[in-house]
Amino acid sequence: MNYTAIILIPLIPLAVFLVLGLFNRKIGPGVSGLVGVGGMLVSTLLSFYTAFEYFMVLGKVSGAYPTLVESTVWMNFTETLRIDMGVLIDPISVMMLIVVSTISLMVHIYSRGYMKGDEGYTKFFSFLSLFTFSMYGLVLATNLFQIYIFWELVGVSSYLLIGYYYTKESAVAAAKKAFIVTRFADLGFLIGILLIGYYTGTYDFETLNNPEGATLTHWAPASFMGLSVLTWGLILIFIGGAGKSAMFPLHIWLPDAMEGPTPVSALIHAATMVVAGVFLVARLFPMYFFVEEGFALQIVAFVGAFSALFAAVIALTQTDIKRVLAYSTMSQLGYMMLALGVSGYEGSQGLGYMSSMFHLFTHAMFKALLFLCAGSVIHAVHSNYLKDMGQLRKYMPITHLSFLVAALAIAGIPPFAGFWSKDEILVAVYQQNTFLYVVGIFVAGLTALYIFRIYFGIFWGKDNTYEHRPAESPASMTVPLIVLAVLSATVGFIPFSEFISPDRAGFDAHIDIPMAITAVAVALIGIGIAWMLYKKESGLATRLTDRLGVLYTWAHRKFYMDEVYLFVTKNILFKGIAAGAAWADRKIVDGTMNLIGNSTVLFSKKIKGMQSGRVQDYAMAFVSGTVILALLFIYLWTS
Amino acid sequence: MIEGISIYELLTVSTILFFIGVYGFITRKNLISVLISVELILNGAAVNFVVINKYLYPEVLQGMIFSIFIIAVAAAETALAISIIINLYRKISSVEVKEVETMKN
Amino acid sequence: MERIIFYALALIMIASALASVMSRRMLRSVIYLLFVLCGVAGVYFMMDYNFLGAIQLTIYAGGIIVLIIFSVLLVHHIEMRMEIAKTSKLLFTGLACALGMAVFLSVIYSYEFEVTGQSSGTEVIDIGEKLLDYGEGGFILPFEVISVLLLAAMVGAIVIAKGTALAENKNENT
Repeated sequence: MNYTAIILIPLIPLAVFLVLGLFNRKIGPGVSGLVGVGGMLVSTLLSFYTAFEYFMVLGKVSGAYPTLVESTVWMNFTETLRIDMGVLIDPISVMMLIVVSTISLMVHIYSRGYMKGDEGYTKFFSFLSLFTFSMYGLVLATNLFQIYIFWELVGVSSYLLIGYYYTKESAVAAAKKAFIVTRFADLGFLIGILLIGYYTGTYDFETLNNPEGATLTHWAPASFMGLSVLTWGLILIFIGGAGKSAMFPLHIWLPDAMEGPTPVSALIHAATMVVAGVFLVARLFPMYFFVEEGFALQIVAFVGAFSALFAAVIALTQTDIKRVLAYSTMSQLGYMMLALGVSGYEGSQGLGYMSSMFHLFTHAMFKALLFLCAGSVIHAVHSNYLKDMGQLRKYMPITHLSFLVAALAIAGIPPFAGFWSKDEILVAVYQQNTFLYVVGIFVAGLTALYIFRIYFGIFWGKDNTYEHRPAESPASMTVPLIVLAVLSATVGFIPFSEFISPDRAGFDAHIDIPMAITAVAVALIGIGIAWMLYKKESGLATRLTDRLGVLYTWAHRKFYMDEVYLFVTKNILFKGIAAGAAWADRKIVDGTMNLIGNSTVLFSKKIKGMQSGRVQDYAMAFVSGTVILALLFIYLWTS
Repeated sequence: MIEGISIYELLTVSTILFFIGVYGFITRKNLISVLISVELILNGAAVNFVVINKYLYPEVLQGMIFSIFIIAVAAAETALAISIIINLYRKISSVEVKEVETMKN
Repeated sequence: MERIIFYALALIMIASALASVMSRRMLRSVIYLLFVLCGVAGVYFMMDYNFLGAIQLTIYAGGIIVLIIFSVLLVHHIEMRMEIAKTSKLLFTGLACALGMAVFLSVIYSYEFEVTGQSSGTEVIDIGEKLLDYGEGGFILPFEVISVLLLAAMVGAIVIAKGTALAENKNENT
């Protein structure tokens, strides 16, 4: 393996970030766009080169893909407990390299058109590069601490990009919300890291994940509330992952994050950053699986399933197309978590793990495509809301077709990418838990319904009269759409199970025909309902929502999750706990400090006369000192 | 060597002069008075030199020559101090020590 | 006879010194200092150091005292009384000085001086040769240093006393 090339992959975006960030004012928009895209292009080529080297040239070593680590010691705590900085190459990190680089490159190209004429054009590209660098660092991390560092960096760049339109109050609020909610979750992550580091004596993924290693064979060194501390550590780490991946109930930041520019939503809040949580669980999968017979993994599965269902229902009722896509993302992430949660370890038992990664891969492609299409539409009609759209297929054919491909992919219609991965997930879930399977198939139907609801709403539906005639976006925006559409249609044919499985050996996955037919049928039903309700403007949809009444209102208001959070934070945290803490802070902590400070001031006021500046006072001190010293010497010599 | 006078008496006188000078240096509030006190201190020291020279090592002249140097230095110091005092008086119309606590004024 | 003269001189010196640091009138204080200086010169004469006594009289009593009197007259009204320090400070300083004096005297009196008793007058020519001697025990280097120091002090005194006036003239010329 060529480690120089691998290390260059993250370093190129970092260099681009530094150059664009430092010379923000001096670099014109044309140059910065080219630098950004050029850097990304090189980085993407290197990623593909690495993937080729790893999977094709190096291949399997004694029947399994090896884990390659190249690192230097960064900090030493004890002889075994240390923090390294380096790169770790294994199937999932290589796959993530491909995803991140491809989507990032497409988004870079797309942004050149989308952000044209924006004031902070250069700044935008520097932030994008910072994000890309952080994400690379995250996927290549060799140990828990390194992943944590880049995890936070990713969070920061997400914060910067959500708040990119910082003159808009809602954008600022959304950025803060995203940052605080994920920070809150990251606290769990950090405690989990410390717990695991304390009880296993290492942060290294390789040592932690070794199935024959000490960690996984002796996972019960101490227990707390009936569970092994390692399980607690894993649950806490999952809380961190849930925060990033917008799992219920830490999902509230994701819909608001749509305040950011649409390319950002596509890159960060659909394809790459939000899957970091899934990636984290997958990275520690052997631990999740072996420690306490996979107790933590079951939590992952149920949280994932619930989030998938919850988000899909809300997505049905939203009218802001970006919010629909945001909830859709959350729902699909729930799918991935669910698949991870039901996965086994050996051979074809690892179907869930493999299908989760597969779905991550395909989802990145079609969800980024959906967002970019939405961006293209928003660019054309200058509105996020369904009511301002309709009949756009006449004006924007490329966008329309790309969106259709992506919608079919997410709905799971063969032969588009989503079908293959979603089918594998459903098979894996079916083998483990019938209840979860029912949830999964229901969500699949809902997915088809909500995605075709907005598809028909945007491109068919009522004939809006537009003030400015909407036109197809420029080539810089449509080229990425076409590329991603082709990818969305084809990546499903990659024999993923050959490359990625928990035990690295690979297995042969095949389509389970009855399952596939069920899933496709459910999806088709969903599309059919959407067709009936939304293809032509009709009162049918309105009447239906009226009939559903309270249920609709609840879903439309996102089950009042924001209000619950507000109540909890405002009334309980702020008024109850924070007020008490503030009182203690003011009276006791500040009081003590003030006492110390005031007494120091008082004391110094008393003694400052000694430094009068009068030479005579000093002479006095000098004479007294001399006399005292003389007395002392006399006393010492004579006695 | 003075007939009938021991070195102790002479040294006592010079010590008393010296400490009267120290007392004046610390207590007086006027720059010229401080200068006068300094002269007293210098005289006490000079007498000490001369007396030691005369009583203990009469064949050499070290102490005496030091006294001459002390007188020369005292003259230079006085001339400088007086010029500073006069200049100060022109600037702030005062020669009180407390007025010149800070170096810049 | 010499005992009586010495004690008289010592008494005059100490009394004048005390009066000099305690008098509240500036000019009197200077005159008392003159008495002390003359007393010191008298002691020098008694010790047969005639040249030193002459220097003491001419430079100290003749030069320095005159300088100080000039400055007093320049910056003070003759009748003006000086303020004195706080009594507590006076007492404390007096105490410290008395203590220091006691320490010094006790040290002096506890030391056995080996007085040689041999006594010879000192000729001016000896002093001159010693000052200009560059051999062993000669003082040519300190002598030169002190002459340079005096020159520097003289220049410095002139510059300081005339400082602003010179600067102003320069400004006017340009």
